Amino acid sequence: MTIIDALLNDFFWRALIGGLGVALIAGPLGCFVVWRRMAYFGDTLAHSALLGIALSFLISVPLNLGVIITSVILAIALMLFSRNKTLASDTLLGILAHSALAIGLVTLSFMPGVRIDLTGLLFGDLLAMNRNDLLWIYGGAALILTLLTALWRGLLMSTIHEELARVEGVPVERLRLLLMLMFALVIAVAMKMVGVLLITALLIIPAATARRLASTPEQMAVMAVVFGFIAVAGGLSMSWHLDTPAGPSVVVTAFVTFLVVYGGAGRLSTRRSA
Amino acid sequence: MSDTLVAIENLTVRFGDRPVVDRVNLSLYRGDIITIIGPNGAGKTTLIKAILGIQTVTSGRIIRTKGLVVGYVPQHLSLESTLPLSVRRFMLLSGQPLAECESALARTGVSHLLDASVHHLSGGEQQRLLLARALARKPDLLVLDEPAQGVDINGQAALYDLIRQLRDELNCGVIMISHDLHLVMAATDKVICLNQHVCCSGYPADISHDPAFVETFGRPVAEALAVYHHHHNHSHDLHGNVVDSDHSSPAISFGDSQEGSHKGCQHDHH
Repeated sequence: MTIIDALLNDFFWRALIGGLGVALIAGPLGCFVVWRRMAYFGDTLAHSALLGIALSFLISVPLNLGVIITSVILAIALMLFSRNKTLASDTLLGILAHSALAIGLVTLSFMPGVRIDLTGLLFGDLLAMNRNDLLWIYGGAALILTLLTALWRGLLMSTIHEELARVEGVPVERLRLLLMLMFALVIAVAMKMVGVLLITALLIIPAATARRLASTPEQMAVMAVVFGFIAVAGGLSMSWHLDTPAGPSVVVTAFVTFLVVYGGAGRLSTRRSA
Repeated sequence: MSDTLVAIENLTVRFGDRPVVDRVNLSLYRGDIITIIGPNGAGKTTLIKAILGIQTVTSGRIIRTKGLVVGYVPQHLSLESTLPLSVRRFMLLSGQPLAECESALARTGVSHLLDASVHHLSGGEQQRLLLARALARKPDLLVLDEPAQGVDINGQAALYDLIRQLRDELNCGVIMISHDLHLVMAATDKVICLNQHVCCSGYPADISHDPAFVETFGRPVAEALAVYHHHHNHSHDLHGNVVDSDHSSPAISFGDSQEGSHKGCQHDHH
């Protein structure tokens, strides 16, 4: 226990353990973001997180909870709005993403008593991760991984062909809602790490990197986790040695990995895109 | 057991104020192949989606036999290129054991593609894969939405032939949408001409003497096929008058259609 205790008392190790926990769930969820073309949707939810924080201060609930609740409400609102086809979904997402961010910033400015680190919220403050954050991350990870495992076939089937899935009895709508709840949860726990502006990167880049090498959906999910680990570990050491901000360093590392994998694989004579 | 698989009573589907499917009555029987034809926007896809149970119905009823297993062959498998998927994995996602999947693939003639990527299949291979996936479920009813899209002409004939054989083997009902009139007519038992409502319906009659058909497809084709005549006298107008050269051919009504077979619309289209 003393070793674990010692580790958890060190901010660097806390950051690493927390970051790895986030990568564990960002990998498979990121695959769904990529497969279902939900990158912009993820961005919108992430941007709304700032509004969630402002509201948490207003009604004095834990920040994570406030963020989850706001994301869930926004996700449901988006689902309802998207049935009305007057606006293209990217227009709608663009409106909501930036409005949510702006409303969050404006609301925070009305609360002079609240001193928060805005840069930390926008770009992450991985090194400030505390034990409570770790609890949220690993609790969320356990929940999400359990759900994903249990619902994997249905989720995958409704991603491949929604109507075929429905004919075969997959509860497509319910799964979509659950997936959105999982996104909301991952955003709430990952926000501390890379900030609301960079969360989507953490979801998409490792998954996109994994796509180059994977030949089954499951392989892609596992590889996305591995690339997420690499990004977190690499980003933290970069931050440690070069004194760079930790969150952006993680994203930079993920991007470099992406370039290396695509560049390296591109040189192979047999292009694999199976 | 009763051979009626699905009974549709007075089915209406509206999108806003616009009726897309209008008071359709239809019964699907085991062992029957029904083909829906009709112009774009006639509600063909909406009708089969209603039969599949994935379309909200405005009014009317769809009664499905208890325990009905439906095999659905959608128009396309438009898979995101970011999703890596092999034929094997796609088949196994049906929840059926591998042996079932393999024999279904063999039946549709694509067992050699088991380890291929779904992304690399040709149009014809993709259709056969989708058909195999529907087969693996051992359906009582096979529903196909333009099964021969993206398949070359020889492949189309073979595909319809296969569908007919499968109907015999599985003793299932088949309902499909098609535009390949000349091929479909040879393969189908009954034809429904849909233009929101059921315009006309009946058995494909042998109209090989119809000059328009002979002119279009040539005498050998005309003589080889039994074809239900279906002529357009206006770019988006549709009448189901049958040129019935052989008056002894039985006019049999089918389904629960209010209209008799071989009976065209009694009202104007515009």
